Amino acid sequence: MKIKLFSYNQLDTFVHRLSGFTKLICFLLLTTTVMLTYDIRVIMFVLVISFYMNNVAKITFKQIKPMLIYVAIFLITNFILTFTFAPMQGVEIYGTKNVIFTIFGPYVVTQEQLLYQTTKLFKYLSVIPLGIIFFLTTNPSEFASSLNKMGLSYKVCTVLSLTLRYFPDVQRDYNSISLSQQARGLDMSRKEKLFTRLKNIISILIPLIFSTLDRIELISNAMDLRGYGKSKTRTWYSYKPLNKNDYITMFISAIIFVASLLVSKYINNGIYWNPFI
Amino acid sequence: MKKPVIEFKNFSFKYHSQADYTLHDINLKIYKGEKILIIGPSGSGKSTLGNCINGLIPNSYTGDIKGDLIIVDKNTKNSSIFDISKEVGTVLQDSDGQFVGLSVGEDIAFALENDNVLQEEMKKRVFTISKLVNMEELIENNPYELSGGQKQRVSLAGVMVEDASILLFDEPLANLDPKTGKVAIELIDDIHKEDTTIIIIEHRLEDVLHKDIDRIVLVDNGRIIIDDVPEVVLSTDLLIQYGIREPLYVSACRYADIDIKSSMHPENIEKFNMENNESKLHDWFSKHNVRLKPNENETLLKIENLSFSYDGVRKILEDVNVDIKKGEMLALVGKNGAGKSTLAKLIVGFEKPDSGDIILNGESLLDLTIKETAEHVGIVLQNPNQMISKNLIFDEIAYGLRIRNIDEEEIEKRVSNVMEVCGLSPFKKWPISALSYGQKKRVTIASILVLNPKILILDEPTAGQDYKHYSEIMEFLKTLNEKGQTIILITHDMHLMLEYTYRAVVLSDGKKIADKPSYEVLSDDEIIDKANLKRTSLYDLAVKSKIDEPLHFIESFINYERSNINEN
Repeated sequence: MKIKLFSYNQLDTFVHRLSGFTKLICFLLLTTTVMLTYDIRVIMFVLVISFYMNNVAKITFKQIKPMLIYVAIFLITNFILTFTFAPMQGVEIYGTKNVIFTIFGPYVVTQEQLLYQTTKLFKYLSVIPLGIIFFLTTNPSEFASSLNKMGLSYKVCTVLSLTLRYFPDVQRDYNSISLSQQARGLDMSRKEKLFTRLKNIISILIPLIFSTLDRIELISNAMDLRGYGKSKTRTWYSYKPLNKNDYITMFISAIIFVASLLVSKYINNGIYWNPFI
Repeated sequence: MKKPVIEFKNFSFKYHSQADYTLHDINLKIYKGEKILIIGPSGSGKSTLGNCINGLIPNSYTGDIKGDLIIVDKNTKNSSIFDISKEVGTVLQDSDGQFVGLSVGEDIAFALENDNVLQEEMKKRVFTISKLVNMEELIENNPYELSGGQKQRVSLAGVMVEDASILLFDEPLANLDPKTGKVAIELIDDIHKEDTTIIIIEHRLEDVLHKDIDRIVLVDNGRIIIDDVPEVVLSTDLLIQYGIREPLYVSACRYADIDIKSSMHPENIEKFNMENNESKLHDWFSKHNVRLKPNENETLLKIENLSFSYDGVRKILEDVNVDIKKGEMLALVGKNGAGKSTLAKLIVGFEKPDSGDIILNGESLLDLTIKETAEHVGIVLQNPNQMISKNLIFDEIAYGLRIRNIDEEEIEKRVSNVMEVCGLSPFKKWPISALSYGQKKRVTIASILVLNPKILILDEPTAGQDYKHYSEIMEFLKTLNEKGQTIILITHDMHLMLEYTYRAVVLSDGKKIADKPSYEVLSDDEIIDKANLKRTSLYDLAVKSKIDEPLHFIESFINYERSNINEN
């Protein structure tokens, strides 16, 4: 079975054509934007953009399904726990109390709490597609080459791109080792106690580490034989110089970032948007 | 007189990590434009010899050097691996492991990147080279998604792009099926031009000899045993003596008491001239004409109308039916992607079929968990390093029992028993790291056998092994089989099929296309082509010497060889 999770997927779309460097900068700008605000309008704006970009990058639901399941579980748990432990958080933040209905005792559903929790939910939701875009549309070699052009040592960049590239391989090794250990009776399911499961994972990791070390020896020999490290610099076959689209994309992200800061400072007078006063 | 491009002069080498010298007093001259085969069993020093030529010794593997090695007028003592890599391009054994780039083009370009060639120039040169190996249309593809043969073309292009005048191939056939291996040998022959020197390190002699070789250098124990033209080397008995398998047609002639002379050109079946010895072969055949007996026991495992697909669209297996008899040793063959590994995964319960059934002793295995299935069917992976997780042999074998909370006394008894069967008793207290590859393989087999599975499945048990280790592993499996163990071997080793498994099941594109005796499979051109196999040269020999029943001839040869091994 081909495991494509978290591995670069080669397509020709606007997003794929952008330089890895651009995507990193935009990712950082937009996630910081979302982190620094509790204004649902701003967050919704970023959310729409990131979902739209996922669409542009032709990322299919099937590709990211396993990951989305984990995210959904996390978000739902988070949503319930927030309400269980701090049902009045919204009221404290916004300073008003508009009750919708009462469940029992302290558990009162208020408009404020609903807004607060929805905002939080959307914060996570808007960041995740950005991360997915970065992982699935960035060619590790091209990303490494642009970091190198920015002044990072080429050895660091090469190691980085090799690590990203070997990720699917190691994952494949892990799967086959895990299956063969399960065939001997190792139980990896939730039926086992946590401690036993941890111990069991170790018996998969040991062979994994050894087979990965073998891989490293082989690849480093192969690289030496082809002249790696011969001179102080190297060129990159897959380097893409930044073009107009890269600059425009980075510029737009920067505007969103600055605009969000301005909204917080001059319109909301803080990180929260308060429609209740 | 031509000048040598590579010259070893009284050259010896000792790894720092080892007490003894690996190479002793090597004197070898290789001339410009020659095509050389360096052959020898595992541990003979042939790979070390290769590593000296490409500069990994002493650059990556340090050690003591005595004597001189001169490559293109430069003494390697005074040159770095980078100087050497300009002259010598190396294609390593495992092409999967040596890809640096994410696309074919990027991988080919790696040497140029390190040489600071500008991007535009680089793209041009990569394109030119990729055309030479017929890969220009796949230049954007991920090297991992290519077939074995294409992968090797990419590795080769990545080396050729540097314009090295010497090309070194380290076991180029190790991971290839017979047909792809044949194409690889033809490709090497195609790129062999006047001024390129080619050195092939291999132990699969018959496969390399598919195209002409100038000289064979036989190495054992770090010394050169013989260095001569192929017809002379093949006319001696040195190959057998040093554990190299001769071409099968040569073995057959020797059994028939035909004296192999260099004038007969034994290096290639097409050139082979029997020099009126055909009658001897006919005599031998009439004396040893035996039919092998199929296994007629009751059915142990029944695979019924099995279909499977990962994505619901493309069928990996389609309506496969196989009956496996009790005590049988069966080969499951087919090219990469034909569905053999998937079938094995279904039998051991790693995957569940879309339709059909797997019935063991009348009961379906489909409702069992992986753990429960393991008590009926065990699988041994190709790479023992992927299975071993303990330091001591005993603990490793006992592992499956300990998980099942069986009491220590019983464990002790069962493990000792299995170690006895697998010939591991002398190593009881040894750490696994001290074992050889073949011994590790036995440990992994033992660790599955200890669970008493009724069927043992082995994935490519002999891949990459030389004749000695191959025989060791296979003879061990044969003794297990003779004690009643049912064994399924997933393989594309034709010798293995011929010699050890009476019956072969051939898969192609998920369908069963043949289920008959191995020697018949290996003589059937249509099946051979679909399964990426090669016709056995025994068949050609039989036809060449006008034997009427080539299939029976092959059958008799196998029988004769088996009883011979048993006598020794």
